[in-house]
Amino acid sequence: MTKDEVFNRVADMISDQFEVDRSKITGDLNFKSDLDADSIDFVEFVLNLESEFGATIDDEDAEKLNTVNEAVDYIVSHS
Amino acid sequence: MAGILDGKKIVIMGVANKKSIAWGCAQALMDQGAEIILTYQNERMKRSLDKMLADVDVKMFECDVAEDANVEKTFNEIHNAVGNIDGLIHAIAFADKDTLEGGVKNVKKDGFNLAQDISAYSFISVSRYASAIMNRGGSITTLTYIGAVRAIPNYNMMGVAKAALEAEVRYLAAELGKESDIRVNAISAGAIKTLAVTGIKHHGDLLKMSEGFTVNGKSVTPMDVGKSAAFLMSDLASGVTGDIIYVDNGVHLIV
Ligand SMILES: NC(=O)c1ccc[n+]([C@@H]2O[C@H](COP(=O)([O-])OP(=O)(O)OC[C@H]3O[C@@H](n4cnc5c(N)ncnc54)[C@H](O)[C@@H]3O)[C@@H](O)[C@H]2O)c1
Repeated sequence: MTKDEVFNRVADMISDQFEVDRSKITGDLNFKSDLDADSIDFVEFVLNLESEFGATIDDEDAEKLNTVNEAVDYIVSHS
Repeated sequence: MAGILDGKKIVIMGVANKKSIAWGCAQALMDQGAEIILTYQNERMKRSLDKMLADVDVKMFECDVAEDANVEKTFNEIHNAVGNIDGLIHAIAFADKDTLEGGVKNVKKDGFNLAQDISAYSFISVSRYASAIMNRGGSITTLTYIGAVRAIPNYNMMGVAKAALEAEVRYLAAELGKESDIRVNAISAGAIKTLAVTGIKHHGDLLKMSEGFTVNGKSVTPMDVGKSAAFLMSDLASGVTGDIIYVDNGVHLIV
């Protein structure tokens, strides 16, 4: 999958889960500071990422994901 | 289509999101014609439920099982809203991360008590108040894991709490069967990636190991578990009580 394809799917997921306007989602969007998200939201987001892309994301790695781009890069390099 | 649960009112406790086992139960029960009533832990969980159930009309009640008074109040509210119920599914467990991660030897009294309180005692209090508003012939089911009877790596304190829970199933089955002809069982589910599982150290490994032990190479889904829960809630399961039924694609054959 190309980076753009992954980005588009991740952005769709975020827009759906956090109810944010799809057009406002950029690579720099920070899960922890830009979204009204708590730790449960974040764990759910990671679970959704895993099922969307059939990936496994370890806790230690998940904790390091702060922005949309970081999530996209992780998926691209692990699939 | 006639369902095996037509006309039955069943309370389901423990839906947190779409991956919850309780959500698989909710869907399977609705498919079979049950009227479901959900309880959620707190406002945070309600937010997720509101989103998931935007188009469906399902009654929901708050119930943090940490206090008996909450449980009593919730079942009173349920009784006022829908009258007697026919069944209950308890899909609730909790242990704090430190208690789970440190191994059983290092479990402290507080962590032990909290895990037992929410994961095992709550089944007693919930069964007490639910059975008081349940029709004769009703059915109660909880969710357990093979870590209750085997030493599963990293399951630790939760295995201890599940062992207590499974013993409760047998005693409650004996008592409630005698008093009110209510059946009490547990489903021992195979490992499924849910919010609760992320509390277990190296849960990725646990899930992979578990999938490796299935007979068909596939982990069970919340819906698989839900379908057995629908059977247990139904009159097709008359005669089944005090039992632990494995819904794990055969993991228990090997582990
Ligand atoms: N996921 C698995 O692999 C697996 C396997 C076997 C058994 N189980 C059991 O299934 C049940 C459901 O868990 P799940 O895996 O669907 O995870 P989940 O995280 O979706 O559900 C756990 C639920 O427990 C609730 N809860 C926790 N503390 C509570 C409290 N004080 N008051 C009220 N509710 C509270 C949470 O709100 C949540 O809805 C648990 O008993 C779990 O041990 C899970």
